[in-house]
Amino acid sequence: MSDLNTMTAAESAATKAAVMDQLPSSEIEGQSPLHHADLLSLATQGPSTGGIHFREHKLLGHLTLRCNAENADQLAAVERVLGVGLPIQPLTSNESGDYSIRWLSPDEWLILVPGLEAFEIETKFRDEMPGHYSLVNSSGGSTVLELSGENVVELLQKATPIDLHLKAFPVGKVVSTLFAKSTTTMRRTGEQRFELVVRRSFSDYIWLWIQDASLEYGLVIEA
Amino acid sequence: MLHIYCPHCAEYRVETEFHAAGQAHIARPLDPEACSDQEWGEYLFFRKNPRGLHHELWVHAAGCRKFFNMTRDTQSYEIKEVYKVGEKPSVVDSPAQQKAMSMETVSEETVSGENMSGAQS
Repeated sequence: MSDLNTMTAAESAATKAAVMDQLPSSEIEGQSPLHHADLLSLATQGPSTGGIHFREHKLLGHLTLRCNAENADQLAAVERVLGVGLPIQPLTSNESGDYSIRWLSPDEWLILVPGLEAFEIETKFRDEMPGHYSLVNSSGGSTVLELSGENVVELLQKATPIDLHLKAFPVGKVVSTLFAKSTTTMRRTGEQRFELVVRRSFSDYIWLWIQDASLEYGLVIEA
Repeated sequence: MLHIYCPHCAEYRVETEFHAAGQAHIARPLDPEACSDQEWGEYLFFRKNPRGLHHELWVHAAGCRKFFNMTRDTQSYEIKEVYKVGEKPSVVDSPAQQKAMSMETVSEETVSGENMSGAQS
């Protein structure tokens, strides 16, 4: 492994992966995995007060980066591209403007960027990153849900075995864990605000589950 | 339910996030072509089933998706330690138990060796 991480610039250029802009042209409408739920009309017609607020951050750019956390050149390259460094400590995240990075495992990170910038940032990575790494645009594979409100912790306690007390789960912490009968990558973005990255194929199930679980608190859809 | 410490996440998580992946420290023969059928068969299929300390491979399937090793007592279910792949366990059987184990393997080898020599002659 170590020789792969000390490649020269020429060797690194020779191993460049083929990149493809996954965004379709403007005549094709992009649809989020929850398109069928029509959150926009639910937001206008539904209740405006309740203990749980739900919002989908749709069509973001999801980039999965795998590289070596001990390679200082790679860490510096990430900072040049995104303006924010990789979170090296387990279960942490870094954020700068529209860009946010989540720790997934000791050599894997999830980077969220605005959807229209994903290809540009991917291309920048190809130019800047030295050595052995992998960057995959997985935007179509998952979506981001935001849950907030005064009862949000109680709602999540029904779904996940994680300790959500502010001492054990401070703002900025990220965990990949079980969520109902599915899995999610959950990040606390405020004392009563959580962000869930869920698989596309499970998003409808989780949407139905959240509606059911929030019956007793009242669900407010935001769009 | 077991409460398992993931050495990669550096945190205790519930058992349902993990999967057991069988016995740890199984070394692939360096030269598979040179193995006898018995050696290759034992590498592929034969696993320990001890009563007491067992070194196991686990994966944090719903979390960081990394593998790690665990030393567990199969009788009491007590987890003695977890350690990363590539590291050596610090909790091992007492010398007396190890001796008993090695005696078993020695006697097995002698038996199989006799069979082999019998077949050759």
